[in-house]
Amino acid sequence: MTDNTPPLKINPTLLKRRNAAEKRFRFYGLAAVMTAVLVLCLLLTSIISKGYTAFQQTYILVDIRLDAESIDPKGTKRVEDLAAASYKGLLRNALREQFPGIEGRKAKRSLYGLVGSAADFDVRDAVLDNPKLVGTTATIAVKSSDDVDSFYKGYIPRDVPESNRKIKDRELAWLDTLAADDRIVKKFNVDFFTNGDSREPEEAGILGAVVGSLYTLAITLALCFPIGVLTAIYLEEFAPTNKWTDLIEVNINNLAAVPSIVFGLLGLAIFLNFMGLPRSAPIVGGMVLALMTLPTIIIASRAALKAVPPSIREAALGIGASRMQTVFHHVLPLAMPGILTGTILGMAQALGETAPLLMIGMVAFIADIPGSMSDAATVLPVQIYLWADSPERGFVEKTSAAIMILLAFLVVMNAIAVILRKRFERRW
Amino acid sequence: MIKKVLTATALAGMMMAVAGAAQARDQIRIVGSSTVFPFSTTVAETFGKTTGFKTPVVESTGSGGGMKLFCAGVGVEHPDITNASRRIKASEYEKCTKNGVSITEVKIGFDGIVLANSKQSDRLTLTKKQIFMALAKQVPVDGKLIDNPYQKWSDIDSSLPNSKIEVLGPPPTSGTRDAFVELAMEGGAKKFDQLKALRKSDKKAFKAIAHTLREDGAYVEAGENDNLIIQKLEANPQALGIFGFSFLDQNADKIQGSIVEGAEPTFENIAAGDYGVSRSLYFYVKKEHVGSVPGIQEFVNAFTNEDAWGDEGYLADKGLIPLPAADREQVKNSARGLQSLSM
Repeated sequence: MTDNTPPLKINPTLLKRRNAAEKRFRFYGLAAVMTAVLVLCLLLTSIISKGYTAFQQTYILVDIRLDAESIDPKGTKRVEDLAAASYKGLLRNALREQFPGIEGRKAKRSLYGLVGSAADFDVRDAVLDNPKLVGTTATIAVKSSDDVDSFYKGYIPRDVPESNRKIKDRELAWLDTLAADDRIVKKFNVDFFTNGDSREPEEAGILGAVVGSLYTLAITLALCFPIGVLTAIYLEEFAPTNKWTDLIEVNINNLAAVPSIVFGLLGLAIFLNFMGLPRSAPIVGGMVLALMTLPTIIIASRAALKAVPPSIREAALGIGASRMQTVFHHVLPLAMPGILTGTILGMAQALGETAPLLMIGMVAFIADIPGSMSDAATVLPVQIYLWADSPERGFVEKTSAAIMILLAFLVVMNAIAVILRKRFERRW
Repeated sequence: MIKKVLTATALAGMMMAVAGAAQARDQIRIVGSSTVFPFSTTVAETFGKTTGFKTPVVESTGSGGGMKLFCAGVGVEHPDITNASRRIKASEYEKCTKNGVSITEVKIGFDGIVLANSKQSDRLTLTKKQIFMALAKQVPVDGKLIDNPYQKWSDIDSSLPNSKIEVLGPPPTSGTRDAFVELAMEGGAKKFDQLKALRKSDKKAFKAIAHTLREDGAYVEAGENDNLIIQKLEANPQALGIFGFSFLDQNADKIQGSIVEGAEPTFENIAAGDYGVSRSLYFYVKKEHVGSVPGIQEFVNAFTNEDAWGDEGYLADKGLIPLPAADREQVKNSARGLQSLSM
């Protein structure tokens, strides 16, 4: 047997060129990945470096004489009476005693301004925690104002001329005295997680937005998961292939790419104007976001159903299962990890959405924490937007901190999606 | 399928709507200007804390958007109060009246519009005429209107710095922009005899010239976020920014307000009326809702309280420039008495 094929001749220039091309391609790929990583790092560094300070709050330790006569004149010692008492005057007296000899309305005002506008509630909480304090002089930590807080976090430089500084020389002297006395302390900012929105940076918290987001997402999930999955099952397993199903498919794919503000306009026209649902309510927000998320879920669910091999269906049908039994007993459980992953990703997208909510009035200042799905509420990304737009300097760190919380939610959701996929996905 | 989804959602919604419609609203709803938003929300928060009423919900929709919602009708689905950084227009008033809405006007104070730059550069001293020459699309030169030829401040006047004209400001949807063109640009245009004559003969043509800002890159629309403008000013010491006084007040360590017509934009100058580019802020109350939505009267009282809008009130800390004491007294009486506005 003779081998007629000519011996393999390698053209060294061509080989060199091909190798170089491959090297170049690898380098481009690596460069692209590195750029993405770098940008991500920059983003995270900028957010975290601006925002981590928001988890701390500066407190001032004040010696307060808690007069029994003014707090609890009747001596009932009932919690309700202690809660209803006014602590503002006591706090102001204590500040004046700390710095005796301050005269004039303006000077007093700036002295009272060292503590936050709701600092008297800190006193009240301390008294409620320990009613025995009434009648004694207690050292209580009260929240400082946002300017004092910013000052101790280094956002207000000491060396600029007085006229350009939010903390004036007089206040600076008071603060230095307090600091020399170890009366300035930093504590973990619990209120940031337990308060609703506020116009005072030191009082503002994200609980209202988090609760609003949860209500909204609950509605979204309750609406779009069953509808989306049933739609996908019908289209994938039952519907005949004809012009109509093609048309529907094209429409669903198109809807997935429609800008989200359009869904907001639809929500305004249908849910608010036509159906008369309340403005700013999570129920409407959830419905609008459900419309927006549906195409994503349908497409993901159909892909997951398609990935289940036909042999499963044939086997089930072969031993006499009805088509519905086939789908619900065999195909759907196998497709579930994929469907859930798609749903979670759709939910994550809904969590980060603001534009459609603008139209239905969820971009609003809402201080109360929503108690039900029809109460006015706002959501996390809207809260970020509102804080980013506020003039007070103290909101800069709150904005970044809220972004960190939102990112944490998104990371958790995406992680769940990855885990589900890794755990339950079957490959054929 | 889409239809199916819609009907399903609509059905679900209908059921909830029936449940929701039965209950009346017990929370005040406020819409309107983004300039008044910080003040309105502060009052709303204090009101919620100090009274038994729920904290009012405040939406920032812009003055015009707020008026549209407010004048749409009477009923719980419509807002009770709208904020405005300008007075209600005759057309809006007519729409309100047509829909059965009668209103009480409450003037709450002033807001200065400042032109500011980074502290790394020198403070500018401008006249309205120079502002007009720097920013108008067309300016009169030798008796003829031509496209704005000025590229540097020193081209306008040799006393101004030899740097590029670069101004960051709000987009046309903004009330701040409306007020800026009305006060600064119109004021500047009137200084030209030719345009002054035009104003008498053809008001519309005059407004078209005075209100049109240049589009060749010297004026940059920077969006509604004033914090963003301030960050850009820090990064670019050559640029000027246009925004409300409260942002200057909060960032006085980074930026400085330009002197306009000899007056610096300070709290005192704006309050005294010496600083020329300032406007009045308002809110409007829907009288039909007083009594049916709880707390409106009390909210008006809280807003017109000296603790709130007075010279030393908490709104002044937020950057609102109070009305003179006599005006406050007068507005307070008409507001608390819910006097109807007539135009």
